[in-house]
Amino acid sequence: MTRRTNILLNADWLTIIIYLVFVLFGWMNIFAANYNEQYKNIFDLNQRYGMQLIWILASFVLAVFVFVIDSKFYSFFANLLYGITILFLIFVILVGREVHGARSWVSIGGFNLQPSEFAKFTTGLVIAKYLTTIDVKISRLKSILVLFGFIMLPAVLIILQPDVGSAMIYFAFILVLFREGLPGMVLLLAAAISILFLSTLMYPKIFIIITLIILAAIIFYFLNKKAKYLFWGIIIFLIAYIGFFLLNKYNYFNSTTLVRILLTLVVSSAVYVIFAIRRSIQHVLLILLFLFVLIGFIFSVDYVFHQVLQPHQQTRVNILLGKESDPLGYGYNVNQSKIAIGSGGFTGKGFLNGTQTKFDFVPEQSTDFIFCTIGEEWGFWGAGLVILLFGGLLVRLIYLAERQRSAFSRIYGYGVFSILFFHFIINIGMTIGLLPVIGIPLPFFSYGGSSLLGFTLLLFIFIKLDASRLSVLR
Amino acid sequence: MDQYSARRYIVTALVLLVVLVYLIRLLYLQVIDSTYKLSAENNSKRIEILYPSRGLMYDRKGQLLVYNQAAYDLMIAPYELKEFDTIELCQILNIDKESLITGIKKAYNPKHRRDPFLKQISPETFALLKEKLYKYSGFYLRSRTLRKYNREIGSHLLGYVGEVSEEMIGNNPYYEMGDYIGISGLEKAYETQLRGEKGMNYFLVDVHNKIKGPYQNGRFDKDAVVGKNVVCTIDADLQEYGEKLMKNYSGSIVAIEPSTGEILTLISTPSYNPSLLVGRPRTLNYNKLKNDTLEPLFNRAIMARYPPGSIFKLVNALVALQEKDVTYNTQYYCDMGYYARGIKVACHNHDSPLNLPQAIQHSCNAYFCNVFRSIMEDRDFKSVAEAFNNWRDHVLTFGFGNRLNTDLPNELNGFIPQASYYDRYYGQNHWNALTILSMAIGQGELLITPVQMANMACVMANRGYYYIPHTVKQIQELDTIDSKFLEKHFTSIDTGFFNTVIEGMELAVNGGAGSTARIARISDIIVCGKTGTAENPHGEDHSVFIAFAPKDNPKIALSVYVEHGKWGASYAAPIASLMIEKYLTGEISNSRKWIENRMLNDNLLNKK
Ligand SMILES: [Zn+2]
Repeated sequence: MTRRTNILLNADWLTIIIYLVFVLFGWMNIFAANYNEQYKNIFDLNQRYGMQLIWILASFVLAVFVFVIDSKFYSFFANLLYGITILFLIFVILVGREVHGARSWVSIGGFNLQPSEFAKFTTGLVIAKYLTTIDVKISRLKSILVLFGFIMLPAVLIILQPDVGSAMIYFAFILVLFREGLPGMVLLLAAAISILFLSTLMYPKIFIIITLIILAAIIFYFLNKKAKYLFWGIIIFLIAYIGFFLLNKYNYFNSTTLVRILLTLVVSSAVYVIFAIRRSIQHVLLILLFLFVLIGFIFSVDYVFHQVLQPHQQTRVNILLGKESDPLGYGYNVNQSKIAIGSGGFTGKGFLNGTQTKFDFVPEQSTDFIFCTIGEEWGFWGAGLVILLFGGLLVRLIYLAERQRSAFSRIYGYGVFSILFFHFIINIGMTIGLLPVIGIPLPFFSYGGSSLLGFTLLLFIFIKLDASRLSVLR
Repeated sequence: MDQYSARRYIVTALVLLVVLVYLIRLLYLQVIDSTYKLSAENNSKRIEILYPSRGLMYDRKGQLLVYNQAAYDLMIAPYELKEFDTIELCQILNIDKESLITGIKKAYNPKHRRDPFLKQISPETFALLKEKLYKYSGFYLRSRTLRKYNREIGSHLLGYVGEVSEEMIGNNPYYEMGDYIGISGLEKAYETQLRGEKGMNYFLVDVHNKIKGPYQNGRFDKDAVVGKNVVCTIDADLQEYGEKLMKNYSGSIVAIEPSTGEILTLISTPSYNPSLLVGRPRTLNYNKLKNDTLEPLFNRAIMARYPPGSIFKLVNALVALQEKDVTYNTQYYCDMGYYARGIKVACHNHDSPLNLPQAIQHSCNAYFCNVFRSIMEDRDFKSVAEAFNNWRDHVLTFGFGNRLNTDLPNELNGFIPQASYYDRYYGQNHWNALTILSMAIGQGELLITPVQMANMACVMANRGYYYIPHTVKQIQELDTIDSKFLEKHFTSIDTGFFNTVIEGMELAVNGGAGSTARIARISDIIVCGKTGTAENPHGEDHSVFIAFAPKDNPKIALSVYVEHGKWGASYAAPIASLMIEKYLTGEISNSRKWIENRMLNDNLLNKK
């Protein structure tokens, strides 16, 4: 028995079969989405479905190629691969081809590729590599900062393209870090920050800041259980506020309510800290630190939302949050998407019989909204099966990751899982109207060479690592 | 293996949670909530509605009265709008940018895929727009037809067409927003025949509303059916002449062919030009007309409930003859009026005593007070109330008290009280013939519409029966009109008694000196008529006249009511006679031109 057959025997064929089902079913749906009377040939290379076939074949070649290469290659060259993709990301910002207002494409040998699709697996590799380096412990601040650096670097470069949707996917790696020991508090904090993030978009800043101050006061009380300390804090705060209020009223220092509250908070905090140090009151500094960090976060979200996000992205978020009603504009996409999926019913309209996707009612129906075609033509059983299969694949990836002997393979496996999981959540959540419209593809289904090649690489590197897990020394 | 490996379960639980939530959401979207299926149908199917042209209307002699003119609405499909040159479009449509924007905003209604943006655009605008329309995605032209009138006549009779209200749409699924419907007159009465049937072409369209082909190979497509033409019973020339005569008076003329019940003219004045209620200025004009104190929109011919005055003496005479309370020869004295128990009904100077035809000739109030008493105090009945109800039963058979059920919408019923009405008012057995004596001469509680008066003239002409008056003679492709219009309605009075009354009516016109309606006399034609002067507590009395002619084999029966015209002989009778002469001979003889001139030149509208 050669080593080669060994590898094939050890490969996780369940994952490969799900991959094949996804890719081929996706191809059928791209065909259905673009099908019309004039172009009936699924192999027509002038049509998207013909092109997708080429990409599928290329992906298979790539998958074989991944299998041929020695598994140590990926851990050994992780930093180099990461560096190359970063260079490509910089390169693309400078001289990339602009499509839909974003510079995210480079031409390589006549094909247009998106480096952002390949940066996902290299980031996964580099995290795995770094975390398995001696001296690196997730409990160390320095290690965490380096890790966040690795994650943020490609994300920031992608934001600069600008393609915020693709950049958001890099948040997925927080799941990897969580599995590797990042305190659960951080995950909770991330969830809390998400809530704060959404509130900032939905409600006036002053309202959120006052809520935060009140929350801080309540937490402070429960930590110290002394009403006296809280009482003095409130008194100091009120005196400071009245002072600023009077200054404003008599035109000595003009300010808005928001500015007054912030100044009051700064002044009264400073006074209270001195008071607290003298009386040696606990927890004051920590709570105030959190409070100011969160307020800083609110302002930076506000800044990002209004200065960094594209107007159409702002609108999309606003519609999802119910702040804007714009049936023709961006709510239109979501609405059309829901109509297409909803019209499928339980059994669907049948292959090639969809009217909503076929007649272009759904935008981007072969890329980001491919799930609509599935929902319309294959109904609840088809779309539900896709969701179940995705769930199955994700759970299988967790299982595979956990059975690795090498930490590198496990961490990379979690990286693969996290990236696919986030794509799954965001893409399908968007088409069924649960999440904002964020233009990212559904892995293996959506039309597009870069994303298919990228996901194939991402997945098959892990399958290869898994297949050769027994040959890896502990 | 490592201390955090238990966290795999948290991560796995997250996956399962998301899968579960998404499956439930999918189940809801696809299986439970059906709204999205309906939206999908509307999304991909475009219905092109084919509007049929509305049926034409002709008069009884085949003259075209109402026809159609093409018009176009500019429609907007807000969800198909693309960027366009607003300045150019504003210039073409001759509107400012602000109204363009408000118009577009208004159109955003999830229930309507398309809305009218600008209705009935002018032909010049249409020509300009047609060439440039390809630049304005989301704008469409919809062809409509507008009513045009050959003559400015018959506005009340013909009625008008307008857009359906939300309420009408709710009642009838045929109609959609922006459709036209007959709102009054014949347009309303014969709406289903006139409108035809809308046709529909179903197309599959993409999001750009580009047609991708017929929906299900055109299985549901339907051609439009053109509206049916309608031939009215109206004589357009007589109608026009009557409107000319009445233009300075407030009132009504209704002329009917007695042998068929076909309405020859139906005039209500003040009137309006039917063209005012067509097209874009309709709403403006309608409101103007609605607020006019002369009430030009009020169709007096079928809606005004007037006291009939002395013409009602004919009915009382017939009832008394039928009940054997009087005969041809019954005579009553008259000394300038009727006096009984402190009641006085004045009369004018004439010979005395008179028999029944002579009493009609002179319209003697005293005579008919006696007649009415004899009816009410008839020994055959146990009480006045019983006699009264018997009288009422007779009266109803003339077509009074209830709607005649003509084919005109909004006809009113008039009023003939029941005995119980007086029981309530005076108390049972606390009233008698004298209490209600004013009805002897057509006053009191009696209320009758002009069309009912004209119908009464028909009853006289036919010696005892009538056909329900109607305005449509023939509907294209239909063999017959509604059978109810072909049925004789007999009164409860024997035919023989009518000769007595008709003799009186003949004398009233042709009886020489002392006859109340001498002015209505036409040489060579025996006109039978009866004047009336309806007391009006609010001002000058109303002038009333009913007549038919010729006496034998009558061709026309009519009622004329001139508000504030004082005596029946002063306006109503001359106008009626002119109408008869015009209809029967086609012109007014020279000897009677002075009457025509007087009627045309006098004016009661500005007096009041
Ligand atoms: Zn008398």
